[in-house]
Amino acid sequence: MEQNSVLEMRGIYKTFPGVKALQNVDFTLKKGEIHALMGENGAGKSTLIKVLTGVEEFETGQICIDGREGTIINHSPQEAQNNGISTVYQEVNLCPNLSVAENLFIGREPKKGGLIDWKTMNQRASDLLSSLDIHADVTKTIDNYSIAIQQMIAIARAVDMSAKVLILDEPTSSLDDSEVEKLFQLMTKLKNEGVGIIFVTHFLEQVYAVCDKITVLRNGQLVGEFTTAELPRVQLVAKMMGKDFDDLASIKGDTAKEFSENPEDITIKAVGLGKNGYIKPFDLVIHKGEVVGFTGLLGSGRSETVRLLYGAEKADTGELLVKGQKVVAKHPLTSMNAGMAYLPEDRKNEGIIADLSVRENLILALQAKRGIFHLLSKKQQEEYTDKYIQMLQVKTASRETTIKSLSGGNQQKVIIGRWLLTNPDFLILDEPTRGIDIGTKTEIQKLVLQLAEEGMAVVFISSEIEEMLRTCDRMVVMRDGAKVGELSGEDMNQSTIMSTIAGGH
Amino acid sequence: MNNETIKKITSQRLFLPIFCLILVLLVNVITTPNFFSISIRDGVLYGYIIDIINRASELVILAIGMTLVVSASAGTDISVGAIMAVSAAVCCNILSGGERAVTEYASPLIVGFLAAIIVGVLIGCFNGFLVAKLNIQPMVATLIMFTAGRGIAQLITDGQITYVRVDSYRLLGASFDGIPIPTPFIVAVVMVAFTALLLSKTALGMYIQSVGINKKASSFIGIKSIFIIFLTYAYCGFCSGLSGLIASSRIYSADANNIGLNMELDAILAVAIGGNSLAGGKFSIAGSVIGAYTIQALTTTLYAMHVSSDQVPVYKAIVVVIIVALQSPGFARWRKSLAKKKSMNITQKEAA
Repeated sequence: MEQNSVLEMRGIYKTFPGVKALQNVDFTLKKGEIHALMGENGAGKSTLIKVLTGVEEFETGQICIDGREGTIINHSPQEAQNNGISTVYQEVNLCPNLSVAENLFIGREPKKGGLIDWKTMNQRASDLLSSLDIHADVTKTIDNYSIAIQQMIAIARAVDMSAKVLILDEPTSSLDDSEVEKLFQLMTKLKNEGVGIIFVTHFLEQVYAVCDKITVLRNGQLVGEFTTAELPRVQLVAKMMGKDFDDLASIKGDTAKEFSENPEDITIKAVGLGKNGYIKPFDLVIHKGEVVGFTGLLGSGRSETVRLLYGAEKADTGELLVKGQKVVAKHPLTSMNAGMAYLPEDRKNEGIIADLSVRENLILALQAKRGIFHLLSKKQQEEYTDKYIQMLQVKTASRETTIKSLSGGNQQKVIIGRWLLTNPDFLILDEPTRGIDIGTKTEIQKLVLQLAEEGMAVVFISSEIEEMLRTCDRMVVMRDGAKVGELSGEDMNQSTIMSTIAGGH
Repeated sequence: MNNETIKKITSQRLFLPIFCLILVLLVNVITTPNFFSISIRDGVLYGYIIDIINRASELVILAIGMTLVVSASAGTDISVGAIMAVSAAVCCNILSGGERAVTEYASPLIVGFLAAIIVGVLIGCFNGFLVAKLNIQPMVATLIMFTAGRGIAQLITDGQITYVRVDSYRLLGASFDGIPIPTPFIVAVVMVAFTALLLSKTALGMYIQSVGINKKASSFIGIKSIFIIFLTYAYCGFCSGLSGLIASSRIYSADANNIGLNMELDAILAVAIGGNSLAGGKFSIAGSVIGAYTIQALTTTLYAMHVSSDQVPVYKAIVVVIIVALQSPGFARWRKSLAKKKSMNITQKEAA
């Protein structure tokens, strides 16, 4: 092993049926280094992590770790942990109904006479947290704390188990800016103590804010290892995509579109629509061919508003007109028949049907719309599937592959295709680009603009304001469960949006 | 046969269930040589094999309903045996007109049959309402009918066995004149075919799996999840009602204490032996049907080997443990790592 290295992976190969997930990949992590692992969806980042932590087996290659003779092979995450490799995932794996201290010491509680020594455990827990500047009451249950604090507690737990290598897999996806800042402080602290950190993320800014090194993967192959300071962003993106990509800023035309106020050109009209304790009553008009964005801080009610529009939650005041017709949604099917489509934010729990095939996932919405007795013929199903796999460039081994074995971006494409197949007039996309690589992000944004061009009304929600500025004709600003403003034309810029979100001027 | 073909066959979803069934049958080649011989007595097919396909009929029908319930709700309906008892009681009581033993129908046969089926469906609907609408855990919800069912059957029959000693009442559980095949088997085949058609010619099969895998996502794409779950319980009730009629016809009576006793456990087992996950989602009716025949084959085999009926459960349990273990993910992993070690040994030897 090289000097100062804490982890070395050499010539790793891993094959899934039909896919070469990793081909001859090398990865080196030094002591006290934050190392970004970058790549598009399907590049092999997750597979590399899984191979390292023993979730998946690899075929050939070597893994060496500091302090162990020879090569090691981890057969389970537990074994990886014993070898000093700990992972903190995007979805925090803690027990919400146990206390902070219990979560920190679960499975290795300090004992006295065969019983758990609560006093020592709580003391050690609070010492550990204060040494890492994490402020939490160790006797309270975990669910009292935000995702950010929970994540930090998960990290503290990993570090306390004498981790030499800490893997953070998309830890910032559900955090807001100040929380990300706190997480970075913690990461820097650990780095200074000599822990090697592997940081998997989709956010370029964050990579440049905190990482020393970047390793880029593409299609299961190693593109290279780079020093962050010496790699300009544009080049990083080019390396990840392996091609010159369209300048993102120029997707949308510069001229602001004009929308006629003719009744037949108004797709959605909400009057005083609201639900007690959920969203305060709001008015909203969305025109044919218009892309409307919803923005606001986490918890401001963006997702809740579109759920109300779609009828996933039932409104208790106001009314909703779709193409001039009043719609009272008893069930999402009513909304679908009125021409609506809704891609929920939580792809895994509310979007995909994990164990069903790409084909079934794609045709299910159309099938539901047709009704149970009008089964689409196998041939029709296959035609539709092939058409959308091609149109949206879904990377899948076959149309009968289960959707859960696809990468996140490809899953998203399939369920977007599912809605396009129903030929809606009004498409709601809640965070369609979250956790997705830049290439697919651009494709989805282009698709949205193209659909609007064809006359579809679209709601587009994204946590990245820039992405919305590029795509939307108008932005609705939300704060604390209420609609607080609409911005369009000249007013639609970052600073106005920020000040509207902040309010109080 | 080369390795590729073997691999292709063993990777089939139904390979293990079929393999287990064949294994159970093969034991008889050695222990009971006349096991596979079929003769005709009194115009009816006769033999151990015929006995299996005849006796398994109720279980096959129950397993169909159970498969759908398991798939859609990731839970089991443990009231199926009790529903059988209720349906038998309703039918016999109507046919006997309230008497405890009759030699003539008090009402037309069809009225009794229909009433029994309807009662089965209604109890299924009750279960479905509790599970789908009120969101009660399936095992808890169906526990209500599991305990109350036999009590209701006793109430209907005044706590006594009700006999319907009319020849035509025995046809469903025996066989028609001139047809050598037992009627229960024909009914089971019709039910399997009907269900298979229902699932493949409508979108119901796809809906059930979709709801079973992800109820919320299914609702968002326009599937009425609650109704689909409700429907599977109603269908399971229908299957149980029909099974109850067959069981009652076999003994031309309604015995509230014994009809369908412990059948819910065999039905759940049939689903599991058929390679279906009890966690819901993807299912195979064919698997469950094979599972049901495997269980009956096992029982008949044990009887053929002259195991006394009070000891049968012990041997049955041992074999079931082996079958379920053979199909478990843990065993698959173990087999895989063994194969890997073997191939590594070979490469090491070659290298040496």
